[in-house]
Amino acid sequence: MVRSSPVVSGSETTPVEQAPVSAPARVPQERGLSWRMLGRWEVALLGFVLGTVLFGIAETPNFLTGTNFFDFGLNIGSIAIMALPLTLIVMTGEIDLSVASTLGLASSLLGYLFAHGWPIVGAMALVIVVGLACGLFNGLLITRLGLPSLAVTIGTLALYRGIALIILGSNSVTGFPSSYTTIGTSPIPHTELSWSLGIFILMAIVYAIVLHATPVGRAMHAIGLQQEAAFFSGIRVKRIKLVLYALSGLLCSIAGILWTFQYATSRYDAGIGLELTVVTIVLFGGVSIFGGRGTIVGVVMAVCVIGGIESALTLMNVAPQVQQIVTGCLLLISVILPNAAEGIGRIRARSAISRRANE
Amino acid sequence: MTETDGGRGPEVSAPAQCRSDAPVLVLRNATKSFGAVRALIDGSIELYAGEAHALLGENGAGKSTMVKILGGVHHPDSGVLLLDGEPITLAGPSAARIAGIAIIYQEPTLFPDLSVAENIFMGRQPLRTGRRIDRKEMNEHVREICDRLGVKIDPDQAARGMSVADQQIVEIAKALSFNAKVIVMDEPTAALSAREVERLFDVVRTLRASGAAVLFISHRLEEVFEICQRITIMRDGAFVMSAPADEMNVDAIIHSMVGRDLETMFVKSGATVGAEVLRVERLTREGVFTDISFAVRAGEIVGLAGLVGAGRSEIARAIFGIDDYDAGKVFLNGDELQARSPTAAIAAGVGLVPEDRRQQGLVMDMAIDQNVALASLSRLERLGIIRRSAEQELAADWAVRLRLKYGRLKNPVATLSGGNQQKAVLAKWLARHPSLLIIDEPTRGIDVGTKAEVHRLLDELAGQGVAVLMISSELPEVLGMADRVLVLREGRLVAELDRAEADEASIMRAATGQLAGTPL
Repeated sequence: MVRSSPVVSGSETTPVEQAPVSAPARVPQERGLSWRMLGRWEVALLGFVLGTVLFGIAETPNFLTGTNFFDFGLNIGSIAIMALPLTLIVMTGEIDLSVASTLGLASSLLGYLFAHGWPIVGAMALVIVVGLACGLFNGLLITRLGLPSLAVTIGTLALYRGIALIILGSNSVTGFPSSYTTIGTSPIPHTELSWSLGIFILMAIVYAIVLHATPVGRAMHAIGLQQEAAFFSGIRVKRIKLVLYALSGLLCSIAGILWTFQYATSRYDAGIGLELTVVTIVLFGGVSIFGGRGTIVGVVMAVCVIGGIESALTLMNVAPQVQQIVTGCLLLISVILPNAAEGIGRIRARSAISRRANE
Repeated sequence: MTETDGGRGPEVSAPAQCRSDAPVLVLRNATKSFGAVRALIDGSIELYAGEAHALLGENGAGKSTMVKILGGVHHPDSGVLLLDGEPITLAGPSAARIAGIAIIYQEPTLFPDLSVAENIFMGRQPLRTGRRIDRKEMNEHVREICDRLGVKIDPDQAARGMSVADQQIVEIAKALSFNAKVIVMDEPTAALSAREVERLFDVVRTLRASGAAVLFISHRLEEVFEICQRITIMRDGAFVMSAPADEMNVDAIIHSMVGRDLETMFVKSGATVGAEVLRVERLTREGVFTDISFAVRAGEIVGLAGLVGAGRSEIARAIFGIDDYDAGKVFLNGDELQARSPTAAIAAGVGLVPEDRRQQGLVMDMAIDQNVALASLSRLERLGIIRRSAEQELAADWAVRLRLKYGRLKNPVATLSGGNQQKAVLAKWLARHPSLLIIDEPTRGIDVGTKAEVHRLLDELAGQGVAVLMISSELPEVLGMADRVLVLREGRLVAELDRAEADEASIMRAATGQLAGTPL
């Protein structure tokens, strides 16, 4: 991002930033440009996706089988669902680290209510309401009290997990109705998709439309790039952020319900530490940690890469600790590489501007 | 830096006869390209000790590039830099400082949490035994420098919360602590009130008297004539002319700067004034402004004058819903504005062109068309989806109407020059057809040519029945554009002057608290 340092922020922009081009009489042809902008990191990601698939095929015998694809969806689906609202939150320049704890709280509460005789549908409804409340609590602290989201959600990361522990202790609840736990053993009929991955795909389409084609999506871009200017343009900055946090809580509780049924177990430590994977997916997907830049397509591809690598490593019987190292490396790559790519892109844009200036 | 034959470009004219001494600093035929953009084609200037020298030119004329070469920030591709007659190469900003060249940027670059003295002596604090900082000696030094400049500044005060004017003085003091022989001021007065400008000019006079050479960049020609002895004009990256100030006049300067004659500086067609659009009743924000009541009618341009800090921008912010207020009411087209938010104000037909267009007016990294459409998205959507073609048409339409100079509408708005950025902010609001346009410092940091265009645009808007509330620190602008002038002093409305009775003296008297008749 161009963060103008005091030294260069005179009344004149430096010549490099200027486009001293005379006003064209016609509207310049713009078609295809938005695709080019989408191009940079997403193209690299496509390479990563192909690389992951090739790696999987080379190293394991049954990588490209339906069963493995189902397992892949089972492992990554719930995590990917949490990555969607987090994408929007990061777009606005904020963060939510309490996602995995909200999932854990949802799982514990679902088990607790079920064990205390609640009908499963009623329990699910209350879990979703509580998830929404968790998100709202984050959002209210951040937007009404103006607290930094990093600090708030680190706090609630511990808080929500703590509440989960109080609710369920170290017990685990099992015995959920098999009509629900079947999502952990069989895919959506006539497909190899796990239910959680199917839900993720549907939601990703909705999120992509919202983020890239609607006024509120445009507003999120503006907030992430320059919050004050967005506010001065009439965008309800706080309202949008509050809604995003509420949405995050809501989807994390849904992910928690899916998680519980998939593993047919409710435990307070469900999904512990998963916030790392969720954040990695979002950043590896090309969403700028500073806000304002990123695409849902990128996040979907990041889901494929990270889910695919984990899948392959599991098939290869690689220890979970090593998998964690891989995740950590991807997180670092995702912060380093797009910055480099963006730098190159910016240099190219500049020379393009200069070329036109000299025509 | 390679030495080139000075055969290209006009020769720097010989020093006036009144001085026999050699120039302190000479820059001759400096060039600088960024990629394929030739920012500086012929940078030439001669600075003399004890003289204030104005550097004039439109935005993009190469002034800033030249300043950065003098400050060691940029290395020229070719050309000669002589200091006291000796060729010198500046390896970086610290080399320039050691050589005795100090640059005072428009926006001061102080560390906000450090004291004045700590800022001045950053990295070279006087030490006592045990490498402890000798505060006493440091503060003593600062007091001495401030005495020399004839200003009162507490060395222990933190830079945070100081006015821009005071921070500039601190930067100047810092320059003096390095024994700077050449002091370059890049638009120092842009953010200052009239009284602060006077104090700055006193400091400049002191600097001159002590034998320093001052290079002064400003868009305000009246200031140039007040303080400078010599004027150099640049256009399109090249030296145009240099002459003693008393041999120049405004018309000649503008002609040299733009290469053409401007029509009269201010267009004022006198639109018919219609119904009341904005009415502010007893608006109060504790400690900021008190009991403000006024009205703006359709087709009227009302100027809000006053010193910086008198509460002008704060009133605009309150009307627009950025800041809350403690008491009072705001009516738009007869209806009270209930919700205090920009969203509500915009819906009621208000547009605000803020003072700080880089932070508040535009999303700098967003495309030009998206910036223009940002406040109109609800009108561009169908079934919740933004119609991209409609968005581009809207932006292209306004770009043509406002004569916006741009490369592509998909380029970030940061690629535009300052004046065109301001046009982009205007386009954003005009696309909504507002009934009230509040414009805070409409032409700050904008070159002369675009300035006249902005003025003509405001006049046209008033002609179309838009109510315009204009805040400006430039009195000629207020006098040239406004139908009525409201003068604020320390958060209170102290005078309302008709176009006929408003002049610089009457406004300044009201703004500074002098009663009419008493000398300023």
